[in-house]
Amino acid sequence: MAIEVYRIDDRLVHGQVVVGWGQPLALGFIVLVDTTVAESEWEQDLYRMGVPPEMSVYFETTAGALARLADYRRRPQHGLLLTGDTSTMRALVEGDAGITRVNLGGLHHRAGRTPRLRYVFLDAAEEADLRAVAARGVDVSAQDVPGATPVPLSDLLHRSGQ
Amino acid sequence: MGAERAIVAAHGDFADGLVSAVCRVAGAAAAARLMPFSNCNLGAPELADALRQAVAASGARVVFTDLPAGSYTIAARRVAHEQPGLAVVCGANLPMLLAFVMAPSGGSDAWRLAVQKGQAAICIAEDGGRGD
Repeated sequence: MAIEVYRIDDRLVHGQVVVGWGQPLALGFIVLVDTTVAESEWEQDLYRMGVPPEMSVYFETTAGALARLADYRRRPQHGLLLTGDTSTMRALVEGDAGITRVNLGGLHHRAGRTPRLRYVFLDAAEEADLRAVAARGVDVSAQDVPGATPVPLSDLLHRSGQ
Repeated sequence: MGAERAIVAAHGDFADGLVSAVCRVAGAAAAARLMPFSNCNLGAPELADALRQAVAASGARVVFTDLPAGSYTIAARRVAHEQPGLAVVCGANLPMLLAFVMAPSGGSDAWRLAVQKGQAAICIAEDGGRGD
């Protein structure tokens, strides 16, 4: 099996991930790459609580994820890797050549961000991160749920909200 | 009826719909004890901030949410972690909310009774005659 989706989503583990992607892909595990969560038992409990018993969640720092990505890819279940921001995904892409596609699942409204889609708001640094990821040959597209039409990064950066 | 207030936090228009349905069944005064909460354009920290403000403004002691894995539940648990005495109940449905607003007493009795009623209301009313 493999890690089927590499996703950026500032809500981390939530309904779209567990149900929206989890059920059609028959996900067996999620790798959540977030230093704050990886260093807090309480944060981990918070995200573990909502995941069904047949799905495992692993909490990693960026360095930990890079050290264990090959192991995760060899697991017998389908997996999804999740980061809460563009910079973490950029670091993973720059440290691991095996990531060929990145799913931008949700970066929501915050001061300084420009609306690109209903569920994607980006500031200049985040746009630079995504361009850098794409420049390495990675297919970057926005898609909140599997049934939605993916919006390629080149198209996304010319949009203004919907 | 008790005077306990609650927030109904759910995806899409579900919270508004649930509170609207409570209003139709139990009346506007009962429904006024429920504050619908939904904001799909916010990230996780901003969602928790908005919910924190809603709890403070309403005086709610319980937050009803829809999905256990949902971002509203995560946000509600964050707020509850900071505010002892705030309960979070997942899997909100109409029977549950009706039981809450009609509960004869407030406090935890009201939402505990609501959970029992909400769970008890889930059933297969007809199986389509196939028996499978």
